[in-house]
Amino acid sequence: MKYILQKLGFYLVAFWAALTVNFFLPRLLPGNPVDIMLSRLAQRGPVSPEAREAVELMLGTNTDAPLVVQYWQYLGKLFSFDLGTSVAYFPASVTDIIGQTLPWTIGLIGIATVISFVIGVTLGTLAGWKRGSWLDNLIPVTTMLQSVPYFWLALILLFVLGGMWQIFPINGGDNVYETNPGWGWDFIGSVIYYGTLPALTIVISSVGGWMLGMRNMMVSTLSDDYILTAEAKGLRPMRIMTTYAARNAVLPSVAGFAISLGFVVAGSIVTEAVFSYPGIGSALLNAVGNNDYSLMQGLFLVITLSVLGANLLVDLLYSFIDPRTRARS
Amino acid sequence: MTATTQDPGVAAASARSSRPKRALPPLTPKLLIGLVIAGSIILFGILGPFFVGDPRAVNNVGLAGPAEGYLLGTTQTGQDVFAQLAYATRGSLTVGLIVGVLTLFLSAFFGIVGAYFGGWLDESFSLFSNVMLVIPGLPLVIIISSYVPEKSLLLVAVVLSITGWAGSARVLRGFTLSVRNRDYVAAARVSGERPLRILGVEILPNLVPLLASQVVFAVIFAILGEAGLSFLGLGAADSFTWGTMLYFAQNGLALRLGAWWWFVPPGLLIALFGAALALINFSIDEIINPRLRSQTRASRKTWKISKSELHAAKESVL
Repeated sequence: MKYILQKLGFYLVAFWAALTVNFFLPRLLPGNPVDIMLSRLAQRGPVSPEAREAVELMLGTNTDAPLVVQYWQYLGKLFSFDLGTSVAYFPASVTDIIGQTLPWTIGLIGIATVISFVIGVTLGTLAGWKRGSWLDNLIPVTTMLQSVPYFWLALILLFVLGGMWQIFPINGGDNVYETNPGWGWDFIGSVIYYGTLPALTIVISSVGGWMLGMRNMMVSTLSDDYILTAEAKGLRPMRIMTTYAARNAVLPSVAGFAISLGFVVAGSIVTEAVFSYPGIGSALLNAVGNNDYSLMQGLFLVITLSVLGANLLVDLLYSFIDPRTRARS
Repeated sequence: MTATTQDPGVAAASARSSRPKRALPPLTPKLLIGLVIAGSIILFGILGPFFVGDPRAVNNVGLAGPAEGYLLGTTQTGQDVFAQLAYATRGSLTVGLIVGVLTLFLSAFFGIVGAYFGGWLDESFSLFSNVMLVIPGLPLVIIISSYVPEKSLLLVAVVLSITGWAGSARVLRGFTLSVRNRDYVAAARVSGERPLRILGVEILPNLVPLLASQVVFAVIFAILGEAGLSFLGLGAADSFTWGTMLYFAQNGLALRLGAWWWFVPPGLLIALFGAALALINFSIDEIINPRLRSQTRASRKTWKISKSELHAAKESVL
C-alpha cells in the first residue's frame, strides 16, 4: 500500500511538473506567439491594430495580470477541461480535436507496441537460450534496423508496398470523415486497414531493442545457479526456458516497456506525418504549422498525461509481478 | 561429484583466457567492424567538406543519376548530392558530439553526485530525473522549436540533450548506489579521503564503461532525433544535416521520381553510423556485464567428457 501511495505521489508531482512546463514554456521562450502569428498575417496584407488585439484575446495573452495569477487561471481552466479554441481547426475546440484524434493514435500505437514487445521478447528468449545460434547472430542486424531512421524506413516501405505493389493504402485514414471513432466494427476495421503499414514500420524499428534487452537478461539469468540445478534435476529444456529463465529475465523488459511508451508516442509523431495518419501526431504538426498554440499546449498535455498514465499502470502491475519492488520500498 | 567433474586442464585454460587482461574491450570482430565503420564516417565528416565543391551551388543538370563528375548524382536544382552529404555528415556528427558531451555532464551530475551523497540531495535529484524521464521528449522538442523561429544547430543540440539525459542519469544512479556501498569505498572514507576525491578517483573509474555506453546511446538518439526533427521541417535552418537532406529529398518527391541517390544515402549513413555505435556498445556491454562474455550455458554444453576420462576420474576418486 505504501508502495502504491509513493508511486501515486510521484506521478502527481510529475503531472504537476508537466503542467508547469506547459504553462511557462511559451512565456519564457524568445518567440512571441502573437508576433509570429501577426507576421504570418502581414504576409497577406496590412495588419490593423484591432487584429493584433483580436489575436491577443484569442491566445489569452492580453492580460497584464502577474504570472502567478495567470498560472492559477490556467490551472483552473484545465480542471474544467477548457483548453481553448483551436485556430487550425477553427471553430472546433481543442478538447474536440483531441477526442477525435486520440483513438486513432491509441489504436495504432497500442497494436504496434504490444506486437513489437511480444515478438521481441519471444525472439530474445530464444536467442539467449540458444546463444551463438543463427537467431542470436541476427541481433546485430535487428539493432541496425533500430538505428535506421523511422521515417526513412517508413517512406521506403511506403514506396515499395504502397506505390510499387499497392498492397497498402498510400496515406492512411482517408475516410476519417466517414468513420467516427467508437467501438463499432467500422472504426476497428479502418484502424486495422490503415494501421498495418505504419504499425509494421514501428514494429520493425523497435523490435530490435526488446530482443537485445531480453537476450542479455536471458544470458545473465541462465548463468545463475538455480538454472544449473534445474538442469541437473532433469527438467525438460522447454520448462527451464519458459518458467525458470524467461519468467525472471522478462522483468526488466516489463519495466522498460513503461519507459519506452514515451519514446513510442514520440516516434508516432513522425510516423503519422509520413503516413498522414489522422492521429495526435498529425494534429500536433498541424498545430505547429499553423501556430495554433492552444492546440499545441492541449496536445502536449494529453500526450504527457497518457505517457504518465501508462507508466503508472505498468508500475502498479510491476509491483504484482515482482514482489521485491514492494518489499524494497 | 564425478558427474560434473570437468577436465582440470580445460577449466584452467578457460579461466585463463576469460580473465580480463586490460581495461579496454578485447578486439572482437564486432568491435572492429564497429570502429572501422564509425571511424570512416567520422573521417568523412571531418575531411569530406574540404574536398567537395559548394553544396549549395545550383546548376542545370537537375536530378541526374550518379555519373562522372557527380559521385551521387544531383538534386532537383542540380546541387551535388555528394557534396551535400559531406557537409550533412559534419552537421549531424556535430549535433551528436554536442549532445553526447552535454548528456555526459548532465547525467553524471544528476546520477552520480546525487547517488553518492545520498539524503535529500539524492531524493530530489532522483525525483527530478524521473520527472524528466516521463515527460515525453520529442513532443517537447517540437513545441520548443516551434516557438523559436531562427534555430541554430547548437540550439537544436541543446534542446535534444535537455530532453534526453534523464534515462542515462537513472542508469548511472543505480550503478553508483551499488559501487558506493562496496567495502573499499568505506575504507577510503574512513581513511579520511575527501568526498570529491572518493567520487573522482575511487568511484568514477568503475563507471567509465557505463558512462561510455550511455554516451554512445545518447549520440545515436541525438542523431536520430535531429533527423526526425529536421524531417518534420523543425530542425536548424540553413545548415546541412542528414535530416535536412532527407527533408528536402522528400519535399522534392525524390522517391516518387525515382531519385534514390538523393534519398537513400543520408538514411543509409544514419543507419550505418547507428549500427556501428551499437556494435561498439555490445563490446562495452561485455565489460560491464561479465556474464555476457564468458562461460555460457552453450559453452558448458561443449564440456564433453569421454568414457575413458570418466572412468579415470572415477578411479581416482575411489
